[in-house]
Amino acid sequence: MSRIQATFAALKSHHKKALIPYITAGDPHPKHTVALMHALVESGSDVIELGVPFSDPMADGPVIQRATERALVHHVGLRDVLEMVKEFRQQDDKTPVVLMGYANPIEAMGQQQFVERASEVGVDGVLIVDYPPEESETFVGILQAHHLDPIFLLSPTSDAARISMITKQASGFVYYVSLKGVTGSQNLNIVEVGERVAAIRRQSDLPIGVGFGVRDAATAKAVAAVADAIVVGSRMIQEIESSDEANLLSNVRQLTSELRKAID
Amino acid sequence: MQLYDMPDARGHFGPYGGIFVAETLIEALEELRVMYERYRHDPEFLAEFAYDLKHFVGRPSPIYYAQRLSEKIGGAKIYLKREDLNHTGAHKVNNTIGQALLAKRMGKPRVIAETGAGQHGVATATIAARLGLECVVYMGSEDVKRQAPNVYRMKLLGATVIPVESGSKTLKDALNEAMRDWVTNISNTFYIIGTVAGPHPYPMMVRDFQAVIGIEAKEQMLELTGRQPDAIIACVGGGSNAMGIFYPYIDLTDVRLIGVEAAGHGIETGKHAAPLTANSPVGVLHGNRTYLMQDANGQIIETHSVSAGLDYPGVGPEHAWLKDIKRAEYVAITDDEAMSAFHTLCRTEGIIPALESSHALAHAMKLAATMSPDKTLLVNLSGRGDKDINTVAGLSGMTL
Ligand SMILES: Cc1ncc(COP(=O)(O)O)c(C=O)c1O
Repeated sequence: MSRIQATFAALKSHHKKALIPYITAGDPHPKHTVALMHALVESGSDVIELGVPFSDPMADGPVIQRATERALVHHVGLRDVLEMVKEFRQQDDKTPVVLMGYANPIEAMGQQQFVERASEVGVDGVLIVDYPPEESETFVGILQAHHLDPIFLLSPTSDAARISMITKQASGFVYYVSLKGVTGSQNLNIVEVGERVAAIRRQSDLPIGVGFGVRDAATAKAVAAVADAIVVGSRMIQEIESSDEANLLSNVRQLTSELRKAID
Repeated sequence: MQLYDMPDARGHFGPYGGIFVAETLIEALEELRVMYERYRHDPEFLAEFAYDLKHFVGRPSPIYYAQRLSEKIGGAKIYLKREDLNHTGAHKVNNTIGQALLAKRMGKPRVIAETGAGQHGVATATIAARLGLECVVYMGSEDVKRQAPNVYRMKLLGATVIPVESGSKTLKDALNEAMRDWVTNISNTFYIIGTVAGPHPYPMMVRDFQAVIGIEAKEQMLELTGRQPDAIIACVGGGSNAMGIFYPYIDLTDVRLIGVEAAGHGIETGKHAAPLTANSPVGVLHGNRTYLMQDANGQIIETHSVSAGLDYPGVGPEHAWLKDIKRAEYVAITDDEAMSAFHTLCRTEGIIPALESSHALAHAMKLAATMSPDKTLLVNLSGRGDKDINTVAGLSGMTL
C-alpha cells in the first residue's frame, strides 16, 4: 500500500478528513522549507503538497505567483526540491508528499530521471498542472512503474466522460478544482461542489480532495463535509508571506491547527 | 490536394504542439476546436472572412519588386510581399479578423489578447471595435513603456489595456495573464492568440487564417515573374507571418523556406530570441511542446531583441517540426544587421519596414549577394515601421 493510500485508509477508519496544505518549495527562503513541512505535519496536516517553482505559473493567482517569485530569487529548482524531500524523509517516513508543478522543469530534467530520483527520495505522488491525461501517457507509465501516484485535476467543466477517463489513470486521490479560475480565486459555491464531488464518486472509489478556494475555517469545514480532503494553498502562502522569520513556524502551526479543528 | 498534412487530430506536429494546459482550460479548448472544425470550411464563414480581408484590410496586399535595392546588391532579385500595407500596418490583422468572426459565431461578447509590440493588440482592438465586442489586452509593463503609441491606439479603439507586472513583464508574461483571465471568464470570453503558438487548435487556426499571405503570393509571383521564387524569407517571433507565407508552399519543395529569428546581441552572447537557430532544448510552455530558451532548471529565460515582436523565448510548434524535417531552414540576424537593413530599405525604396520585418530583409540582402540576378527571393514584409520610430531614434541618440 502506498503512503497516500495508507493515509486515506487510516483517516477513513477514524471518520476523519485529510488536511492537505500546499506550500511552494523555497518560499520564503529555501532554508525554511523542511522546517515548514515538519511544522505542518505536527499541527495536523495529513499530506504535504510541495510546489516546484516555475518561471511561468500560468494556472496560479497572484498569491502563489508571489511565492514562486520569492523562491526563484534563490534559484530553487527541481533538483533542490527533491533534496528537500530527501531531508524531510530523514525524520518523517510516514507523511505523504505530493509534488505539484509545471511540465517544463520535468522536461528539462527528463521524465525518467525525474521519476527515478523522486522515487528514491521518497516522493509519493506527482501533479503536473499542464500535463493533462491526453499528453501524459508515457509519464504516467513511468510513475506507475516506480509506484508513484499520478494525481490529476478535475474541474467544474470536466464532463462525465472526462471524469471517467481521468479517474482511470489517477491513483492516490483526485483533486477537484472547486471553481473556474486560477488558484486563490474567490466565491466557492459549496452546493455546486457537493454535487460535483457526488458526480465524481459515482464513477470512482478514489478519495477526492477539493481545493482552489478554501480560505478559512468556515470554508474548510463546509468543504470537508462533502469531500475526503481539503487542499489549502493561497491561504497558507498568505500566512507565510505575512510572517517574519521569528514567528513563521508558529503562525503556520496556528493556522493549520485552526483548519484541523474546523474539519474534525 | 496538399500532401503535407499537419497537425494530427490532437494538434501534434510530430513531437511538438499538443494541448499542455490545466484541466480548467480543456473544455474551452475543446469547444473552440469543435467550432473551428465546423467553420473552417464553411462557405458562409469563409465568404465573410474574405469580404473583410478585401474591404476592411485592403487585400490582396501587393508584391513589389525592390529594383533599386536588388540592383544595389547586384545579386538575386528581391520581391516584397507588402503586409505593411494592410489596415493597422501588419499581417496580424488577418488572424484577428478570423478569430473575431469565430468569437461572434460562438456568441462570446468579450475578447482578450496578449501583445508584445502592441501590433496584435491594436489589430484585436480594431476588429473588436468593428464588431462591437468588449476588448481587454494584456501587455507586459515593460512593453507598455516601450510602445506608448500603440497603447494609446488601443485605448482610442475602446480597448482596456492591462499592464502585467509579473515575471519579466514582457510578452510571455502577458500571455500567462491572458490565460489566467480566460480560465476565469471562459463562458463569455474568446481568447485571440496573436501567433502560431498556444495549445491546439491555435497554432493550426492562426496558420490557416494567415495562409492568405502565401495563397496570394503564389498567384502573384506567377503573374509577375512567370514562376515561383527560389526562396521565401520571413521573420519568426512566434512564427505567424512566416507560417502564413510558408504553408501554401510546403509541397513546392523547389522553393526554399527560410525563417529568420532575432539574434539580438549575437547567439553566442545568450542575449537573443532565437530558440531554433541556437538549438535550445525542447520543453513545454504556453500549452505546447517546442524549442524553448531555458536554463538548466527548466526556467524560461529572458530574451533580447531590438524588436519587441520577436522577443519571445519559444516558437510555434510547426516551425519546430519544419526544422526537424528540414523543410524549412532557420537563421538569425542581429540587432545591428536588422537596423542596417531597416535604414537601407528606407533610403533605397521609400518603405519604412517594421524592425521585425527588417530581420527578414537583412537575411535576404545577405543571401541575394550570393546569388545570380536570374534568381528571385520573396521577403514577407510583415509590417510597417511607423511603430518603431521611437526605438530607432533612441538608438541614434535622439528623442522625438
Ligand atoms: C510586423 C511584425 N512582424 C512580425 C511579428 C512577429 O510575429 P510572428 O512571428 O507571429 O509573425 C510581429 C509581432 O508583433 C510584428 O508586429
